[in-house]
Amino acid sequence: MNEAPEVVISAGRSEAHYWRDLWRYRELLGFLAWRDVKVRYKQAVLGASWALIQPLVQTLLLTFVFGTLAKMPNGSVPYPLLVLAGILPWQLFSSAFSGAGGSLVSNSNLISKVYFPRLIVPLSALAVALVDMSVPLVLTIPCAAFYGIFPTWRLAVLPVFIVGALLIALGAGLWITALTVKYRDFRFISPFILQIGIFVTPVGYRTDNLPHWRAILSLNPLTGMIQGFRWCILGGNTEISAIGLAISSIVGIVLVATGLWYFRHTERRFADII
Amino acid sequence: MASLAISVEGLSKRYELGHLQHDTLRDQLAHKGRSLIAALRGRAHAKSTTEEFWALQDVSFSVEKGEVLGVIGRNGAGKSTLLKILSRITEPTHGTIRVRGRVASLLEVGTGFHPELTGRDNIFLNGALLGMRREEIRRKFDAIVSFAEVEQFLDTPVKRYSSGMYVRLAFAVAAHLEPDILIVDEVLAVGDAGFQQKCLGKMNEVADSGRTILFVSHNINAIRSLTTRCVYLKRGTMEFVGPTAESIDLYTKNLRADRASTSGQHASILRAALVDVSGMETPTFPGGDFAFLKLLVETDGHPLASVEATLTDLAGTTLGLYSPGHFAEWRLPAAAGVYELSLKLRMPRLATGNYGFDLSTTIHGFGSDHYLSDALVFGSESRVNHPGQWELRKEYNVGHFIMDEGVPVATLVDQSPSPCP
Repeated sequence: MNEAPEVVISAGRSEAHYWRDLWRYRELLGFLAWRDVKVRYKQAVLGASWALIQPLVQTLLLTFVFGTLAKMPNGSVPYPLLVLAGILPWQLFSSAFSGAGGSLVSNSNLISKVYFPRLIVPLSALAVALVDMSVPLVLTIPCAAFYGIFPTWRLAVLPVFIVGALLIALGAGLWITALTVKYRDFRFISPFILQIGIFVTPVGYRTDNLPHWRAILSLNPLTGMIQGFRWCILGGNTEISAIGLAISSIVGIVLVATGLWYFRHTERRFADII
Repeated sequence: MASLAISVEGLSKRYELGHLQHDTLRDQLAHKGRSLIAALRGRAHAKSTTEEFWALQDVSFSVEKGEVLGVIGRNGAGKSTLLKILSRITEPTHGTIRVRGRVASLLEVGTGFHPELTGRDNIFLNGALLGMRREEIRRKFDAIVSFAEVEQFLDTPVKRYSSGMYVRLAFAVAAHLEPDILIVDEVLAVGDAGFQQKCLGKMNEVADSGRTILFVSHNINAIRSLTTRCVYLKRGTMEFVGPTAESIDLYTKNLRADRASTSGQHASILRAALVDVSGMETPTFPGGDFAFLKLLVETDGHPLASVEATLTDLAGTTLGLYSPGHFAEWRLPAAAGVYELSLKLRMPRLATGNYGFDLSTTIHGFGSDHYLSDALVFGSESRVNHPGQWELRKEYNVGHFIMDEGVPVATLVDQSPSPCP
């Protein structure tokens, strides 16, 4: 009976078992994500088709605004397809970011009643975003085929950019969610970021024909991910800039590292102040 | 020692009251701004306004493996904080706890239940939250369902469950966790008598199988029957640790002493009595008779002051509330002074046993001002008019109230019922 592990609880000690506990509670991550996916479309008549309607409407809208009205260059890719390939990572990012950003406060009943590594909560929001994106992603392939663009080996690289977009969302989301625990002001900031984000991120247009803005746009870590998505899905008619990608990666890594640091730093007080 | 399940040494927990509220960024910025201006003017700025509050101070005790330890104390004594630290929900400020074995805590039944999900889904979700593996939940699934008695409603969203079903399901999941150490906070306060018995039985079973239980309750009877030793907390410090009987004696003695010494900020109860129609104080009041509740109350003339009486069964269960402030907008006279209040009550028909009134003065909309627990204690007797003279005692789980509504009326509907085919 003596092999039962001894746990020592004292001030500042929560660090010691953290990553081990995170691994031990990995199933909870799955359960929380599964709960959110399952509950999301309950009592909605159209159910999961909302996951399709949203990107579809956004694609049409952005195609109209940027392609038809503003007559932005399409670089020989059908404009709707160009937008769709940008909407996919954007949706992934925005649903992961807003999910992770609100995750702690919306699960405050759990935080104040049960112990588990709190990082599980924002991580499960990423999983939900991933599930949400999977259906439109799969349907993009026949859409591209309709315009005569068929998948190539580049599609195999796509997971890299998916993970990239999720990590950026995680970094930003960790900051927002940890700050929201203490300052509810940040609840209003994330929708604001998303509203601006969809325009300062090349979702509805492409950057290779905007030489003046390119440098500034690539400071936005999502720019690299969106270029990546287009490069993987749309094939030869798009390009990926190494410098842009490098900047995206660096900004993304810094965001994740500082987000993790701040989250871990404030985590032990969550239950007291939430 | 290897046989210790939990050892707590010098445990303290400080809360900063200013941070308990949700600060807004504006408050923080305004505060920073003011300090900056004060610093520029070369004036020492008044220290931050956050107040410290020690929820626990220097608490030490240990629990042996297989022991059932009770934790008692009044509201705000630090019981919940202690359990939260033990369950690792929050960190201590000072001190060390060594815990040997898997801990499961039931701080609130149904934590993490999602109303939209079915009973089946919630068993898995709740189990995972309590630290069970998927495989383990699957293995115990049938046992959980039959303990909770919800077989027919497994695929119904729990928002359509009755509160009894909800609690049963939640307790069932936790009870099948098989932890080495089970931490229970007031779960037995909910659910019907039969289920409470079942829970107590399950907890006894858990204790008998060599597991350790920490049990927090206001229910002195439950503490008495379940635990062997108690920790008695008083305003965050440890007043006593030792055998249950002694702890409870000390606790109830202290409660009485507190009662004699306290007073309210605006209105205080100086004297209280429950008398029969002839003005005599008697120990028992037969249900259905009239009685007078007499209070001597001193008020400073607060315009929102009123009085309340709460009927309890002395074991922590609230049975009823008399509140002229809430129900009839009644207030104490707005001029300072000492007043005698007299209230005519028809005593409820209660099962044989002892009951009490908690009396309090209240400031309407703000809560109680002067609260006296069990300020008046009286007995009630109910006998069934039957040759055997049975006593309807609540110990037989018939409940507190005697529902004496006469006899049913039988009306003939069909004179010659057709024989069964």
